[in-house]
Amino acid sequence: MAKNDVKLLGVWASPFVMRARISLNIKSVNYEFLEETVGSKSELLLQSNPVHKKVPVLIHGDKPICESLVIVQYIDEVWTSGPSILSTDHYDRAIQRFWAAYLDDKWFPAMRRIRGAQGEERQELVDQVVEGLALLEEAFGKYSKGKAFFGGDQIGFIDIAFGSLLGWLRVTEKLGEVKLLDEAKTPGLVKWAESFCADAAVKSVMPETEKLIEFSKLLMAKMKGAPPPKN
Amino acid sequence: MAEEVLLFSTWFSIYGRRVEMALKLKGIEYKFIEEDLTNKSPSLLKYNPVHKKVPVLVHNGKPVAESLVILEYIDETWKNHPILPKHPYERANTRFWAKFIDEKCWPAILQACWGKDQKEREKAAEELSKLLQFLENELKGKRFFGGETIGLLDIAGNTIGYWLGVFEEAAGVSELLTREKFPKLFNWVNEWLSVSAIKENLPPRDKHVAFMRLNGQGFWDDYNASK
Repeated sequence: MAKNDVKLLGVWASPFVMRARISLNIKSVNYEFLEETVGSKSELLLQSNPVHKKVPVLIHGDKPICESLVIVQYIDEVWTSGPSILSTDHYDRAIQRFWAAYLDDKWFPAMRRIRGAQGEERQELVDQVVEGLALLEEAFGKYSKGKAFFGGDQIGFIDIAFGSLLGWLRVTEKLGEVKLLDEAKTPGLVKWAESFCADAAVKSVMPETEKLIEFSKLLMAKMKGAPPPKN
Repeated sequence: MAEEVLLFSTWFSIYGRRVEMALKLKGIEYKFIEEDLTNKSPSLLKYNPVHKKVPVLVHNGKPVAESLVILEYIDETWKNHPILPKHPYERANTRFWAKFIDEKCWPAILQACWGKDQKEREKAAEELSKLLQFLENELKGKRFFGGETIGLLDIAGNTIGYWLGVFEEAAGVSELLTREKFPKLFNWVNEWLSVSAIKENLPPRDKHVAFMRLNGQGFWDDYNASK
């Protein structure tokens, strides 16, 4: 199978799509980015991901791979000449997979719900997210061993899983008027976030926060049935 | 160094049973520690401080949590009877469907059994049928999802192979996985139940059904509250 026949179906605003793009960048893989139109799903998307009908979908040769973390691991296992995304040690890999699952199953869903929540429920969600960040700060201290990333000198699996969510974290902070990533409480993570966003594999695919904010407002307005705000 | 493998779990834990199946399949000796979830042990809280849940595998003092993570760890540590395929595409496929079972099938099963009214339960059952159809198609002509022998997806498939039936019986709802509707999946269940690493690691059925009659509603309520 030709290694250079790679397509990625995605949208610019999706953190999950970003994970795939960062991984492809780390491995220096040339790929064609097929941007889906927000609000509609292409034939190709429906065919390649009939189960979820969602992006990202990586199409390698003619084979589709779905689910962002599955895609990242696939990329790591196929393009072995580039830097490793997952650790070579199987225990460390288990730790990496654990934290990625935590982010997707617990932390991000709680964070997403903050803006739509009110009162006690909202406070509970904020508390959960902040507690989660404290756990992640501790994990960062342990696994980075003084280096810039969870993966050490280079971006690894946890960096990708977590860093891809930073854009939407900032949107929540701005529009939700709440401080989540706090230099006083999680100084390691604040510094890590800077390093992550500045990394060559990330820079070109990290959406600008302002753009995400506008996009988020549009989405919220659509959901409420109001006309979209004028740009 | 002497190998020490501990498994913190419960007799009724669907995820813990997966770990036991993999350990038994590979002939790994381990010590099972039954947790009382209403009174969690200090060890459990130490080994899984993030979730405080079972199962947790502790290998030579190092804890691993989350059943699918544990299964991959076991496969990478003990190389006999591999449960993941070698080819990256097939591995991706296995991971995809394991996630599908946990993220889509599990809540649909809970809702089909313990949704708040008949309408909600019937709707969930319809959704579950669609999900089962995907798995039916994925089996193709194979004996197991893993091919000729069971693999990770067959183990994660315990949700479908056994838990689905127990929950339906406990909730008093009709069986979805019939030979007429899902012939391949039906066949798979029979093959699956004949594998000793599987059948010797299922909870005792009557006890399990009785337990779920009491606790099923709570399972669904908890799941709902977390989303």
